[in-house]
Amino acid sequence: MRAAPELETAGSAAIVLAGVDKWFKTQDEPVHALAPINLSVASGELVVLLGPSGCGKTTILRIVGGLIQPSKGEVRVLGRELWVNGGRKSEAASGLGIVFQDANLFPWLSVEQNIMLPLELKGTPRAERHDRARELIKLVGIAGFEKRWPRELSGGMRQRAAIARALSYDPEVLLMDEPFGALDAMTRDQMNLELQRIWMETGKTILLVTHSINEAVFLADRVVLLSPRPGRIDTVAEVGFERPRSLDVQSAPEFQRIVTTLRHRLVEIS
Amino acid sequence: MTDISAPQLARRNGKTSLPWISTPLLAAILVFSWHMYVTQSHVSAFIMPAPYAVWKAWLDLLASPRAWGHAETTIYETLVGFLWGLFIGVGLGVLIGRIRWLEMTLNPFIVAIQVVPKVAFVPLFVVWFGFGITSKVIVSAVLAFFPILTNTVLGVKSVESGHRDVMTSLNASRFAVFWRLELPSSLPYILTGMEVGIVLAIIGAIVGEYLGGNSGLGYLLISKMNAFETDGLFAVMIHMTILGFAFYFAVGLLRRLTIPWHQSSGLDLGG
Repeated sequence: MRAAPELETAGSAAIVLAGVDKWFKTQDEPVHALAPINLSVASGELVVLLGPSGCGKTTILRIVGGLIQPSKGEVRVLGRELWVNGGRKSEAASGLGIVFQDANLFPWLSVEQNIMLPLELKGTPRAERHDRARELIKLVGIAGFEKRWPRELSGGMRQRAAIARALSYDPEVLLMDEPFGALDAMTRDQMNLELQRIWMETGKTILLVTHSINEAVFLADRVVLLSPRPGRIDTVAEVGFERPRSLDVQSAPEFQRIVTTLRHRLVEIS
Repeated sequence: MTDISAPQLARRNGKTSLPWISTPLLAAILVFSWHMYVTQSHVSAFIMPAPYAVWKAWLDLLASPRAWGHAETTIYETLVGFLWGLFIGVGLGVLIGRIRWLEMTLNPFIVAIQVVPKVAFVPLFVVWFGFGITSKVIVSAVLAFFPILTNTVLGVKSVESGHRDVMTSLNASRFAVFWRLELPSSLPYILTGMEVGIVLAIIGAIVGEYLGGNSGLGYLLISKMNAFETDGLFAVMIHMTILGFAFYFAVGLLRRLTIPWHQSSGLDLGG
């Protein structure tokens, strides 16, 4: 474990945040949501942002995803600047896939049509879209449900479909905002295993936000703990367990040690 | 999931079959009471004709080509008026729902016109557009327009922000956001507006016909009244009711066809 790190300038970094700062305008005074954040995620790495509510973890994710603009600082995705002159560069953003807490599937499209939507918007030929959708439906494990409406699926299956949709155009980087936050504990464990498998099969870079310490330590190569008001990086914990990890890894003493340390730190800062 | 167990299914079926018995029964009781009242109280046939007389007058209406011509006029006015109301209502609704300053500019006027009883405009339309079909079409359109407009605005504004985030993250063009997100997302609202709008469109056409012209079911109704043919007057009302039902169900059918994914379509898709 080490204290807040300085900016790494590794050439293979998929995501780089340099001095990213965010103020939100409100009715009264502006709120300082993020103190300057420096963070770099290596290509193929799985980094988890962990923190209490209001620590700005979702804000960081939405800034990287190009959904909100940073007040100051630089965001680079796959070596390309994301925000230029107050505008969002679509070339940089096209390397990103986002999975939200709510699956956000369009209820008027079938599961399969939802997964194909990004390809349709990008003008991919029909046959290719279908091939890709079939492949992804198999990858995320929802075969047999492709013609259903989203409302007919369970929460876990909807989230699988949302992951498939985010992967459809083969982005290098997957951003996940509390993707399993709305699921029950058992489904959540299952989804964590599935996510690990999908990550290992596809070799994507993943930046994931959660407020569950267990989930963070189970999934991550690196856990970044954020402290609130304003959000800043507090601690970074390296998690070195071998892949693929089984759920049993959670009872290992080293696992417990990391969880305990993070929990204590979390109590101190919030 | 939408799995339902056998006893639940049976109970549901039991509930849905009730109206098939209760509705005709209640209607029969009503007609019978009407019949009893007329025969027992010796009320004048000009005031209250017997059900049988109304039935006969209605059959006459069905057999009369001129009555069919009147019905055609009303159907035409309602449909054309409704379609105008639909196009302008949805078009303007989408703009108002998306453009903040336009909404703030137009809102006071929309509220003001909403509050005015729009039937008050009918004489004015007759003055401006004459006794022909045009003035009725316009009354129809004006009446249908408002519920469609307000529902469209509501629909466009109710697009989930999470869905917008998805489109933003996919670099969707403004047109794609409209065509693939805002429009389908607003359709349930627009269809609700259409359900109200179609009923108002019929009212508009008929009220327009009351006031002038020489064609349409509204005109026929007034001429029956002037001729003291009260049974015929009832018969025309039956015609109007059937027309209303037909239009309303057509919109309901449209709902099922266009938004089968929505709860309101009431399709049991099973689990």
